[in-house]
Amino acid sequence: MGNSSMRRTRMRSGPAGRIVRIALTATALLFLFGFVVLPLVAVFAQALSRGVQAWGAAVTDPAALAAVRLTLLTCALAVPLNCIFGIAAAWAVTRFEFRGKNLLVSVIDLPFAISPVVVGMMLISLYGLHGLVGPAMEARGLRVIFALPGVVLATVFVTMPFVARELIPLMEACGHEEEECARLLGAGGWQIFRRVTLPSIKWALLYGVILANARAMGEFGAVSVVSGHIRGVTNTVPLHVEVLYDEFNFQAAFSVASILALLAVGTLAAKSFVSWYSRQRGGNPEDGEIA
Amino acid sequence: MRKRSVLPGFGLTLGITVCYVSLVVLLPVSAMVARSTSGGLSGFWAAALSPRALASYRLTLTASLVAASVNAVFGLIVAWVLARYRFPLRRVADALVDLPFALPTAVAGIALTTLYAPTGWIGKPLAAIGIKVAYTPIGITVALTFIGLPFVVRTLQPVIGALDADVEEAAASLGARPWQTFLRVVAPAIIPAWLTGFTLAFARALGEYGSVVFIAGNMPMRTEIAPLLVMTRLEQYDYSGATAIAVLMLGASFVMLLAVNGLQSWSARRSA
Amino acid sequence: MSTRSLASLALLSVFALASCRQEVAQRNDTLLNVSYDPTRELYQEVNAAFAKSWQQSTGKSLVIHQSHGGSGKQARAVIDGLEADVVTLALAFDIDAIASHGGKVAPGWQARLPNKSTPYTSTIVFLVRKGNPKAIKDWTDLAAPDVSVITPNPKTSGGARWNYLAAWGCASRTFGGDESKTRSYMASLLANVPVLDSGARGATATFVQRRIGDVLLAWENEALLAMEQMATDQVEVVVPACSILAEPPVAVVDQVVDARGTRAVAEAYLQFLFTEEGQEIAARHHYRPRSQAVASRYAAKFKKVELFTIDERFGGWEVAHREHFQDRGSFDRLYKPRP
Repeated sequence: MGNSSMRRTRMRSGPAGRIVRIALTATALLFLFGFVVLPLVAVFAQALSRGVQAWGAAVTDPAALAAVRLTLLTCALAVPLNCIFGIAAAWAVTRFEFRGKNLLVSVIDLPFAISPVVVGMMLISLYGLHGLVGPAMEARGLRVIFALPGVVLATVFVTMPFVARELIPLMEACGHEEEECARLLGAGGWQIFRRVTLPSIKWALLYGVILANARAMGEFGAVSVVSGHIRGVTNTVPLHVEVLYDEFNFQAAFSVASILALLAVGTLAAKSFVSWYSRQRGGNPEDGEIA
Repeated sequence: MRKRSVLPGFGLTLGITVCYVSLVVLLPVSAMVARSTSGGLSGFWAAALSPRALASYRLTLTASLVAASVNAVFGLIVAWVLARYRFPLRRVADALVDLPFALPTAVAGIALTTLYAPTGWIGKPLAAIGIKVAYTPIGITVALTFIGLPFVVRTLQPVIGALDADVEEAAASLGARPWQTFLRVVAPAIIPAWLTGFTLAFARALGEYGSVVFIAGNMPMRTEIAPLLVMTRLEQYDYSGATAIAVLMLGASFVMLLAVNGLQSWSARRSA
Repeated sequence: MSTRSLASLALLSVFALASCRQEVAQRNDTLLNVSYDPTRELYQEVNAAFAKSWQQSTGKSLVIHQSHGGSGKQARAVIDGLEADVVTLALAFDIDAIASHGGKVAPGWQARLPNKSTPYTSTIVFLVRKGNPKAIKDWTDLAAPDVSVITPNPKTSGGARWNYLAAWGCASRTFGGDESKTRSYMASLLANVPVLDSGARGATATFVQRRIGDVLLAWENEALLAMEQMATDQVEVVVPACSILAEPPVAVVDQVVDARGTRAVAEAYLQFLFTEEGQEIAARHHYRPRSQAVASRYAAKFKKVELFTIDERFGGWEVAHREHFQDRGSFDRLYKPRP
């Protein structure tokens, strides 16, 4: 569909259409440049201000590596959970009508609206030593706050809506006629999901996962409140960046920050590769493709 | 208003959703609400409506609204261009949209301050013509625009991509002008997603902390945002004061989300 | 789908639990020092030196973890369950808070170690632009209309509270204890502050990196460190004639060390700070040592200042906090940012 619509757009556009197209493209690029590229360039300029070697040294520092490990582990736990949740929520919300649906959708959006600092505070009022369930867990030797589970919980909270939010508008727009057809033809629930729904939402799903992952890696405020900042133990990459910045080690801070930017660019490149690869295989990957 | 569906999985998916939402979101939220009222209801209102808190709400709301509006306009253009046009560097531009998510907010704040401070690449020329960005409400708006951009683009992009260009073709061949096509054919289809994007960007801006504290200057009554005030209260061991402001902010953004989701499902029902 | 998702959920939660169990398991040979912002470099060296001497005297190896952040925030984390064996914070007020909220530190902690449990001290000095173009020499110069002063927000930063009290105390001495003159001085000083960063390190970055302001109020150790680590050609230190004696205290967290069985090593760790070697390290990291012998070796580095303590001038932290930093305290009433 992407290709054909492109062809038609070209066909349709007269001189006026072309001007509009160029103007829109230029505006979009300029906006992106000013608001996104420049800060990124600033990060890399600072990171490389003392040469590639200093960058390498900052990135391979043991504390930095420990932070990278913790961040990756956190993402590996938080993202799949939110992925399963997102699919379930999108299916429930777009395929059925029930009372309280708006309320449910709004609650799903809520983590976007809560200040990360407040998220951390909420977790502490629940699991902290003076919290609701904290003392009981402490008595059993289970530690949530200031340890890995707290970091994961904070990350899960903050990234919860991403997959669901990506899927809901698309599944709403697709409608459910095809799934109902499949049902009438005798397909089971799992079969319908895998054969009918998944192919049309897979790119949106992937987007959701990528966004959730990116946000999980970059989360700062909430994790900062519940991590305890123990160097090499509970410091995630963003927290380690802050530590370095506070040590007046600006170059190292920006170097470690650049890892996060590189990771994000890397995941997006992977996504592009997947779509290119499945096109090569001659499947029908353009269905529902959005990029 | 309950419609029978032939599709299976209602109980399972709704069950998972409700359980997960309760565990991850509702439980901590109620723990916090319980704490905020521990100082009594009058203490709650005194903390939540102090002049300094009111000034910070005003600033937070204005800056978030401006930032979300900027994003609504430019985000639509970016999403449209990325979904519809082919041009060199399109994939790069596409990847860049997600950067505000990927960059830790603290790093974003530091980077933006580096750029917009009177010594920065952008701040210097602007300072020369008398515009101060860093440490003013404008700086806060810039930071909030940065973090909100992906919300608008990423909610609109799939919907624009899924739009059938045939319909626009048909409209055009029936003599509709481009703006007519946009208003009558495209706009109705994308308005729900657009609203969602706007709301998400707005709601996210309301709570943003990490990127703003660096660029805001944090002056009470002038450039102190509400989340910073929460932090300030916390530093003073004033838990109930901190949670009071937090609960009020939370309530406001929840009502807003509820309103927009209601509006959306209303428009979906009308067009169905 | 249901069985698969349930299985993976179960798997993940087992994984998460296992990893937190594991952290609890390996404990006797570790120590967690929860400290405030500017002590990172100091404790890195202290930890290495102490771990070595501990190994020599007991034959056991020791890993010391560090956690740094704003002093108040760190105290709150300990109150909420961060398992600190020792706390080394910016103000006695914050350790008092740990003692009063849940009693993790026993009351009377300050009498357990020499010198009110403060192994090193510091003071508040000025950092100015190279050549001191605004000729800032003493506290009174800060209130001049054309001077722009950088200090963090005393509501969120322990360092800023020391700054504020130093200015107040010295002004009150200059005006012979005249309260209304002191207040109007403080009001014009605060009117000169264009940015209130949330922490001391943020304020230093604003001053040195972004080049905002004519003078930065900072801890002496911070100012000397900033000189050492960056931009020595751009800024210089000015030591006022009068200042406050900043006493950052240390304490063993009783409940934690008793639960973990680390009391002996935690106490030895803090004692180490008072030894010749510990004092030497503190002095190297720009903290004023308590030991006379070490102090005389570093006499060139620490200029003579007339210092007053918070206890003698303000009646202790409890009173100072209530009068100046709580809501509707003197800071709230005097601070009116320029429109």
